[in-house]
Amino acid sequence: MNWVWFHRFGSPPWVYGFARRWAPWIGAAAAIAMGIALYGGLVLAPPDYQQKDAFRIVYVHAPSAMLSLAIYSTMAVAAAVGLIWRMKVAHAAAAACAPIGAWFTVATLGTGMLWGKPMWGTYWAWDPRLTSELVLLFLYLGYMGLRAAIEDPVKADKASALLAIVGIVNVPIIKYSVNWWNSLHQPATRLIGEADMGKGMVWPLLLMFLAFTLYFAAVFLVRLRAELLRRERTASWIREALT
Amino acid sequence: MNEFLAMSGYGKYLWPSFGLVIGIVVLNLVLAWNSLKAAQAQAKRRLEMQS
Repeated sequence: MNWVWFHRFGSPPWVYGFARRWAPWIGAAAAIAMGIALYGGLVLAPPDYQQKDAFRIVYVHAPSAMLSLAIYSTMAVAAAVGLIWRMKVAHAAAAACAPIGAWFTVATLGTGMLWGKPMWGTYWAWDPRLTSELVLLFLYLGYMGLRAAIEDPVKADKASALLAIVGIVNVPIIKYSVNWWNSLHQPATRLIGEADMGKGMVWPLLLMFLAFTLYFAAVFLVRLRAELLRRERTASWIREALT
Repeated sequence: MNEFLAMSGYGKYLWPSFGLVIGIVVLNLVLAWNSLKAAQAQAKRRLEMQS
């Protein structure tokens, strides 16, 4: 198998150019998908027979939760690649992930609280799913705080990478907490095959998952460009990249 | 229209949820863009000082 395409991702100028070319297109696709999914979720999808229209919070809560976990996993993998193979681009990618993931964890907790009040009668409970998601927010904040606290970028990369890798243990805990312990939170909903939701409810949700993923990719590429410019300040390719 | 906004009585929970997420989506984009512009300006200044 030819791995040349993969090795390109280790080259900062190539990655910078790739991010500049693709971010606008991916962002535009995300905006279109999000617009259609919002219309489908708020207008076209029928109300739930038990939760009525409150169930529509799922269209922003579940994709936010998916992103909060997926971004952390991406960050930990990138940090591990940076640590093992000493790839500068991988450390930059991990650093670019953190603020986006932290904001989507806030979105998950916020929308979860707003959904919890009418369904459970309380905004917050020290439930395994809610508590482990809160721990995820602290992990993101800890990662960013650690990077900011260490002046030497190489040491900051190493220390924050270790934290990201150790913190990955929280991802399966969040995912399976509803199966392992008694939880107020419902178990995962099947969306494909024998789905737990009607087709009219499912397609906007699947489209919203796609829209959020594309949105993350677009914002990540913009943040990655900024990270690369800061890290490669003395590199000769910077002059060409800025013209 | 009022019926749509009321969301069968759950509007006071539903609209803040959508508002929060849309706000975060916009904020993330603005923060990322500002971060890129600041890094570009910093890099340009450095290049001007070198030349």
